[in-house]
Amino acid sequence: MTTHYLVLSALLFAIGGVGVLVRRNAIVVFMCVELMLNACNLAFVTFARQNGSLDGQVIAFFVMIVAAAEVVIGLAIIVTIFRTRRSASVDDASLLKH
Amino acid sequence: MNGTIPAPTIEYGMLAPMLVVFGAAIVGVLVEAFAPRYLRSAIHLPITLLSLLISFVLIVWQWVEGVPTKAAAMGAIAVDGPAMFIWGTILVLAFVSVLLIKDEGHFVGAAAAVPGSAEEEQALYEGAAHTEVYPLVLFAVGGMMLFPAANDLLIAFVGLEVMSLPLYLLCGLARRRRLLSQEAAMKYFLLGAFSSAFFLYGTAMIYGYANSLDLAEIGASLGVVGGQDMLLYIGGAMIGVGLLFKIGAAPFQAWKPDVYQGAPTPITALMASGTLIAAFGALLRVFWVALGGLDWNWRPVFYGVAILTMLGGAIFAITQTDIKRMLAYSSIAHGGFLLIGVIATGSAPAQNTSALSGILFYLVAYGFTTVGAFAVVTMVRDAGGEAWHLSRWAGLGKRSPLLAGVFAFFLLAFAGIPLTSGFFGKYAVFQAAVTGGALPLVIVGAVASAVAAFFYVRVIVLMFFSDPAADGPSVVLPSRGTAAVVGLAALATVVLGVFPQPVLDLAHSAAQSLFVR
Repeated sequence: MTTHYLVLSALLFAIGGVGVLVRRNAIVVFMCVELMLNACNLAFVTFARQNGSLDGQVIAFFVMIVAAAEVVIGLAIIVTIFRTRRSASVDDASLLKH
Repeated sequence: MNGTIPAPTIEYGMLAPMLVVFGAAIVGVLVEAFAPRYLRSAIHLPITLLSLLISFVLIVWQWVEGVPTKAAAMGAIAVDGPAMFIWGTILVLAFVSVLLIKDEGHFVGAAAAVPGSAEEEQALYEGAAHTEVYPLVLFAVGGMMLFPAANDLLIAFVGLEVMSLPLYLLCGLARRRRLLSQEAAMKYFLLGAFSSAFFLYGTAMIYGYANSLDLAEIGASLGVVGGQDMLLYIGGAMIGVGLLFKIGAAPFQAWKPDVYQGAPTPITALMASGTLIAAFGALLRVFWVALGGLDWNWRPVFYGVAILTMLGGAIFAITQTDIKRMLAYSSIAHGGFLLIGVIATGSAPAQNTSALSGILFYLVAYGFTTVGAFAVVTMVRDAGGEAWHLSRWAGLGKRSPLLAGVFAFFLLAFAGIPLTSGFFGKYAVFQAAVTGGALPLVIVGAVASAVAAFFYVRVIVLMFFSDPAADGPSVVLPSRGTAAVVGLAALATVVLGVFPQPVLDLAHSAAQSLFVR
C-alpha cells in the first residue's frame, strides 16, 4: 500500500506551498520550501518501492545534498538581510517595485 | 542483486568542456583558501578567462571532429549539436561578462558588513574585495552548461541548482545600493527555490509514471504505461512551471525586474544572457525529447503563456522609469518571442530543425545585444553610482554621442529593426512559426514587437532630443575590459545583422541532428 505515502507526500507539498505563499518570515518561508523538497523525497522513495527499482532512493540522496547546499546559501542571504534591516519579514523588503 | 555494481563508463573527452570549467571553479576555491589576499584577483582573473577559453576551444575541436550522436556518461548528459552550440554561446557570453565583472567598483568589499556601518567603511578603506566572485561565476557557468545538456531529469535538477545557487549569492553583492541588492538576492532565492521544488515534484511524478528519469525512456513510455496518466500530466505541468520560471515567462515573471535591477550590473548581464539561453535549451530538450509525444497537451498551454509573456513584457516595459527594469521587461518580452519558436514545431523533422535553428540564432543575437546594453548601463554614473532612472539619461546623446549612439543601436536591435541582429533573430523564429501553422501567434508577436519598439524609441528620443539635466550623470571613461565588451557586442550586433549567414548556417547544422534520444 504505497498510496498512503503518496497522499502524505502531496499533503506535505501542499502545506509547504501554502506556507511559502502566506507566511511572512523569510526563515519560515524557506522552511516551507524545504518541506516541499522533503515531500519530493518521500514521493521518490515511495515510487521506488512501488516500481521495484532503486533509482528513487538514490535520487533522494541527491536531493538531500542539493537541499543542504541550498540551506547554506539561503541562510547566508537571509542572515545578511536580517542584519541590515533587523527584520526577516518578506513584506518589509519592498524597495524594488514599479 | 548479486553484489557487484558494474562501473559506469564516462566519456571524459566529450564532457571535457564542462569539466574544465568546473575544475577551474574548484581551483578558484582553493586559491581563495590558500593565496594571500593581495594576490587573489591577480590569480583568479587569468584562471577564469583561460578556463572559459580552453573550454571553448575544446568545443570547437569536438565540433570539427564530428558532433557526437550519443549521450555521454551512461545517457545522463547529451553532448549533441544543440548542446554544443549552446555551450559555445554561453562560454563566449560568460567570457565577455567576466571582462565586465573584473572592473573595480561593482562588488561590495565585505558582504557581511552592515551597510553604513563602521565595519563597512573599514573594509572599503582597506580595499577589501570579494574575489570569491570569480569561482562563483565559474560554478554558475558550469551549471548553465550542465542544465541544457542534461538528458536525465535528475541531472537537469542538479544543473538547475548549480546554475542558480551561485547567482543567488552574486545578486546580493552589489557595492552601491546594497539594500536593493540584498533584497533582490532574497527574492530571487526564495522564488527560485520555490520553483525548483515544483520542478522536483514534477520529476518525482514523472519517475512514478515512467519508472525512469532518462528523457528518452520517458518519451518511449508515453502511451505505453496505462492507467497512470494523471501522474504524467501533473509531472509535466510542474516541470513546465520550474522551467518557465527560469525563463521568466508570464505568470512566473515577477522576479525578473526586481532581480535584474538589484543585482550588480555585470551579474545582470551574465544572468540575462546565460540563464535565459540555458533555460531555453533545457526547456526544449525536456519538452521535445521526453514529452514530445504529449505535445497536444502542452502546446495550447505554451500558446497562452507565449501570448501573455510577449504582451505583458512589452506593455509593462512602457511604464518603467528605470533603465534596468525596462531592460528586464524587454527580456521577458523576448522570452515570449522565443516561446513562439518552441511552439512552432511540427511532426516533420525539417520543421523542427528550422524552429530550433531559429531559436539558437535568436539566443546568440539577443545574448550579445543584452550584454552590450548592460555594459553601457555600467558606464553612465552619477554620484550615487550608476544612474538608473530614465530621466537621468535625458540628453545623453548630446554629452557623449558615441555611447548614446551605441546604446541606441542596441535598443534598435532589441526592437528588431532590419540591419541589426535582432531582425534576423525574429525573422527566423517567426518564419518557422508561420510554416508551423502558428500564424495567430506571429501576429501577436508582431503587435508586441511594435509596442516594444515604442518604448525603445522613447529612450532614444529621450537621449538625443531632450536637454541634458544640469547635474546629469557623467559617462565614465571605460576600462579596457568594458570598452572591449561594448565594442564586441556592437560588432556582433552589426555583423549578425548584415551578414548573418555563417551563424545561421552554424545554427542550422547544430539543429540538424536535433536532440539525441
